[in-house]
Order: sequence, then C-alpha cells, then structure tokens
Amino acid sequence: MSAITHLQFLESEAIYILRETAAQFQKPALLFSGGKDSIVMAWLARKAFYPSKLPFPLLHVDTGHNFPEAMEYRDWFVQEIGATLTVGLVQKSIDDGRVQEEKGHNASRNKLQTVTLLDTIEENQFDACLGGGRRDEEKARAKERFFSHRDEFGQWDPKNQRPELWNIFNGRKHFGEHFRVFPLSNWTEMDIWQYIRQENIPLPSLYFSHQRKIIERHGQLLDASTGIIPLLDEEKPKVKEMTIRFRTVGDATCTGAVESTASTIDEIVAEVAAARQTERGTRADDKRSETAMEDRKKEGYF
Amino acid sequence: MDVLVNPTESSLLRFTTAGSVDDGKSTLIGRLLYDSKSIFEDQLLAVEESSKRRGDAHVNLALLTDGLRAEREQGITIDVAYRYFATPKRKFIIADTPGHIQYTRNMVTGASTADLAIILIDARLGVIEQTMRHTYLASLLRIGHIVLAVNKMDLVDFDEAVYNKIVADFQAFAKGLDQLPQVTPIPMSALNGDNVVDKSESTPWYTGPSLLQHLETVQVHSETAADEARFAVQWVIRPISDREDAKLGNLHDYRGFAGRMASGTFRVGDDVLVYPSEMKSKITGIHTYEGPQQETTPQLSYSITVADEIDTSRGGMIVKANEPTQTSHEFDAMICWFADKKTLKPRSRFHLRHTTNDVRAVVTDVLYKVNISTLEKTTASKEFSLNDIGCIRIRCAAPIFFDPYGKNRTTGSFVLVDEQTNNTVAAGMITKSLVDAGDEDAEVAI
Repeated sequence: MSAITHLQFLESEAIYILRETAAQFQKPALLFSGGKDSIVMAWLARKAFYPSKLPFPLLHVDTGHNFPEAMEYRDWFVQEIGATLTVGLVQKSIDDGRVQEEKGHNASRNKLQTVTLLDTIEENQFDACLGGGRRDEEKARAKERFFSHRDEFGQWDPKNQRPELWNIFNGRKHFGEHFRVFPLSNWTEMDIWQYIRQENIPLPSLYFSHQRKIIERHGQLLDASTGIIPLLDEEKPKVKEMTIRFRTVGDATCTGAVESTASTIDEIVAEVAAARQTERGTRADDKRSETAMEDRKKEGYF
Repeated sequence: MDVLVNPTESSLLRFTTAGSVDDGKSTLIGRLLYDSKSIFEDQLLAVEESSKRRGDAHVNLALLTDGLRAEREQGITIDVAYRYFATPKRKFIIADTPGHIQYTRNMVTGASTADLAIILIDARLGVIEQTMRHTYLASLLRIGHIVLAVNKMDLVDFDEAVYNKIVADFQAFAKGLDQLPQVTPIPMSALNGDNVVDKSESTPWYTGPSLLQHLETVQVHSETAADEARFAVQWVIRPISDREDAKLGNLHDYRGFAGRMASGTFRVGDDVLVYPSEMKSKITGIHTYEGPQQETTPQLSYSITVADEIDTSRGGMIVKANEPTQTSHEFDAMICWFADKKTLKPRSRFHLRHTTNDVRAVVTDVLYKVNISTLEKTTASKEFSLNDIGCIRIRCAAPIFFDPYGKNRTTGSFVLVDEQTNNTVAAGMITKSLVDAGDEDAEVAI
C-alpha cells in the first residue's frame, strides 16, 4: 500500500486537533478572520464533525477596518458551512473606553484587537480559541505549541511551554485560564494553497488579481480605494491604479498587496512557489520591531 | 531545484537532528533550507542584519527560528524548533533540537514524532559521548532510521580511513543497544555542501547517496496497514437531528466514533472488540466527509459506526476481535523526567494521559535510572530530576488499553501531568505489563 500524501497527513492531523479541542474543552470557539488560513481551518472543522454541525461558533474580532469583499465572504461562508457566528467589535472597545485609538496617519487597530479578543473570550467564557496560525509564518510562531496555554490575563509565556509528544495534547487548566489551539501548525503557505486547490475551496476575491487604487508607503502597497486608510495630502497625487492581489487578508490598514496577475488558484500556486518574500513581508504589523509578533502574542494576540 | 507543486506525488518525512554545539548542525539545516529555496529573501536579509548587529562573524542561520527575545539575547535555542522544506519528491518537517542543558527533554520531544534522526559527528573528533547519548535516545524512542552524518570531512582531507574508523566505532557501539536502528553513514561537509544535496567529487571512494537523495527516497516504517488495527475514540458524533443527509440518509440514529487510525486497517463488516466494555460488535460504516468508505488507511481520521449499542466514548478504543490490546492497571515504563522544580519518586501522583484517556496514577516503584553517558543502569537513587531517564512501575486508577511501545508508538506512549500545575512533566514508554493476579501468563517481558 502506498504512503499517504503530505496533504492527507496534514488534513488528518488538523482534524485530530479539532476533535481534541471539542473533547477537552467546555466552550471552544474558532477564530475566523475571513483570511485563507481561518477559511481552511473552518473547512476542516466541518469535515471533523460531519455529519454533525460544528460544536463551536466562529468568532470574528472585527476591527471595523474591513475590506467589504471579506465581510461579504464571511457572511456567505458562515451560512454555507452551517455555523454560528459571534462578533467582537473593536469599535465597541473604543466606545467603552477599554482602548484608545492610535493617532496619526499610520494608525492601525490591529493591536487593539487583543483587548477586544480577550474581552470577548471573557464575556462568552470561551476556554479555547482555535487559531489559523502556522509555524512557518513568523519566527515567534515557530515555537508555538498546538495547545498553547494562556494564563488568566491571556498572556503567553514562551519560555515555559508544555512539551508536546506523540499525539498527546494536554489541555488541563485552572479556572480562568484558557488555551489557544493551532490545528494548522505544521502547514506551510504552499500547503494551504495546494489544499485550497485540491478541495476547490471558494475564497474572497481579494486573493485574486484585480485593479485597485494603491498608495505605496514604506515599501508597502496599501489600499487607497476604500478610504479606510487616511492619506496625507502629499500622498494623494501618488495614488496609482495597479494590478494587485493580497497574499494575506486582515485588517485593511496593515495588509499590503503584491503586484500580481495571478487570477486562478493554479496561477497563485505557481506564484507562491516562485515567491522570494514571505507572506508576512506584506504585513505592516510585523514591521514595527524584530520581536513585534512575540510581544503582541505575549499580551494575548492571536 | 524546483519547488514542489504537485501534492499528489509527495509523501511526508519527519526527522530530527542531533548534534553538539559546534558540529555544524545549523549550517547543515541552513543549507538544506537554502538549497531547497525554503528561506526567503526578506528572512535572509533580516538574519544578515541581525548577525551584523550582533557582531557575528558569519550569517547566523540559527536566528531564522530563534525568534524569541530571550533566545536572541542569549544566543541560544531554548526550544524545539520546527522547520519545513519541500523538494519535488517529498515534503519534510525537521524537529531541530538545541544541544545544551535542556537537551534530553528537547530531543525526546523532537524524536517522539520523527521517523528518522540525523546524528552529526565532527570527523576530527569521531564518536564521542554526545554521539552515544543521541543514539541511545533515538533508539529509546524507537526511531527506526539513523543517518550518521560524518561532518567536516574537509578538515580531515576527505580521508576515507578516518571515515571508515568512525563508522566502525559507531557500529560497535550501536550493537549494544536494545533496539538496533538502520544506520546510513554519509561523509559530508555541510559548510561546502559536499554530499549534502549533490554527490561530492571530493569523496570518489564513497558510493552511497547524498544526504538529500537519501532523505528523498528512504522508506520509513511508520504505521503500516499490516499492523494490528488500533483506533482510539476521541469524540462521539451524534447529530441528534432528523435531518436527511445526502450521503447518510436520516441522521436520527447516527452515532459515530470519531478518531484517527493509529495503525492497521478496518474494513466494513470486520468483527471488533470495543474497550472499555470489551464487548464484541461489527463495523457497519466507515465515514469521512467525502462519503462512506470501504476500509481505513493508517494515520487518517474517520467516524466509525458499529452494529450494536456499545458503551464507549472518549478514552475508549476499537480493535479487531482477534487482535486485543493488553489491559492492565499496572505496568512498567521507561520515562524521561521534564520538570526542573519538582522531582519524581515512589508515591508521586499524576494524571496519566494515554491515547485519548486520562486517568489518575501513582508511581509504585522506581526500578532503575539510566546513566545516559555510559548506558549503565543505576539503583543508587530513587528520585528523578530534570532530564533523568529510567524505568518506573506505575499503577492507574482504571485499567488502560495499550501495546508495548516497541510494538506501537501511539498505544505504547503516555505523558504524566502534574496535579497542581497541570504541566506535562514526563514522557513515558510502556515496556511491560503487570496483569491482575491469577493470570499466569501475565508477567512476561514484552
């Protein structure tokens, strides 16, 4: 008998983790951003519990700075897989005085999400949040566990993580603590795209090549068509119509585009194979410092 | 080298790397990643900048994954780092384990999911204590394949005699191990790339494959269809609905046992034994989202239905009727102790997690500890501290269903969880069962 393919292995491993999460926790939730990784994760969750419905809701932490295409997709997808959706609004955290909006033209609500996320976890008493993070994405993520323990303040202690051996995952915790669980830990960006191709998973149109008004800022190609990112007066004449696509889809203020004519999954797979930059190279949030991701994660970021 | 595009032809190999501090492990991994185009320009640029800022003489590839602030500040790797690369033939996951104090814990962790271990040797130093320690751990964790990477051959003028002596020394040592892995020695220079990706012209006397050629083609024994069928129940799927499913019909009575096939194969119609009740039944359905299947494949996930109303749930196990597991409250196991602030001794209590089971357990005796530098067994102390390895006897509050680790890595392994902190404090491998009194065949070495 022939060995299984790497995609079969990764799929089965993720399904195993999703089932462990449902079994070991009282009230899990699946963090859903409308980006490709959380789409793949939710797709796998549907498989894991078939023919039942998902035994947990999808949770979207909404910065209010969304691409309209991502929101349309979210609502369609939730319906399609028969899931329920819980939304945590960053705007509400701002209105309630829980966080302060960053000032200046580079302001982003990306960091504020952490407070909204932790508040939403507490309000709903979620004890495990499934995230689409992958170890190949970023160096702080490379040391992340499948079952990642968070203390009662939602903090991650990277130096004191539980060893994970074989297929045994330890989700024991004290009251008030919770876990982040990453079923896609062993997937690479290429695996995600190959799986999307194999499964024929529909994606938000943002991932495919399209024409868009773009402003180049600090080497990044940022959206200038939705009006979400405020432009400086001197930037306004520099806005260009470009043929681009997004390699990651997150908060619009810090998601950079790449010039691309790839308009099918096959073309994207070929483009990813030839890429010489990591996908997070387009993310402004990681550019703030060498350990930006670790610092955010310690505070309770995704 | 082309990057893998067609997934259907590619299998997965998981391996771990072991070596001491200056044997060129980072260089070797860096070369595999770089030559397979798995390092991106922005990553390399960031690492070059950091290396320069730190005053390193050369580009320090360890900075690629030593991403934690404490690691970068101290210039050490704290934790197992997982790295990924692919060639047109195969996809690889490397568990890269650091070589300092926490070594044993990290190597045991990395080895638990590996099919192959690369053990690096500095050709100038030959087989040293570290080599034996790494090999012992690989053998203890039942890694079936070892690549003996005799590195820095450029510094011994690619001398065949030096290489042959190292290989002979290693084989003499490996003969003393309980479990003899398959060993593939390769002479190389990671720094210059000799025999890493391509065959080197500097070693005309070496007729074997390059490291990458070997990794791409080696057939590893992971769980195969010929092994005994083992399926631990993770979760029971009960839609509790009168919905009509397109593939399954009315779901009112659907009750599927969800889990992953650890080893072996089930077919629809197989007679099965279901733990913990040990009742017999028959498989009526093997389901995935794609639809009903006729048989299972090792390592894949399924939902299985059986003919009778059987009492089992998470922690239970389904096996073939004529291939029972062992069941016992009490057994002997090799363990590696992970906690730095606590010790293990007789009467210590834990939660024992085995497959999908979680039971209370108490250490009834410490049989011996192993000095992993000399491989000698010692009974001088009955207390385990960080990184200690040895054999304990342990009794559980309820029987568990297991195979010896040497026979099945999934059903023979467990972890111990501290009752106060909930931390994972030990990895265990079951060696021998002590079955309830009256059973004459019970206490046999397995």
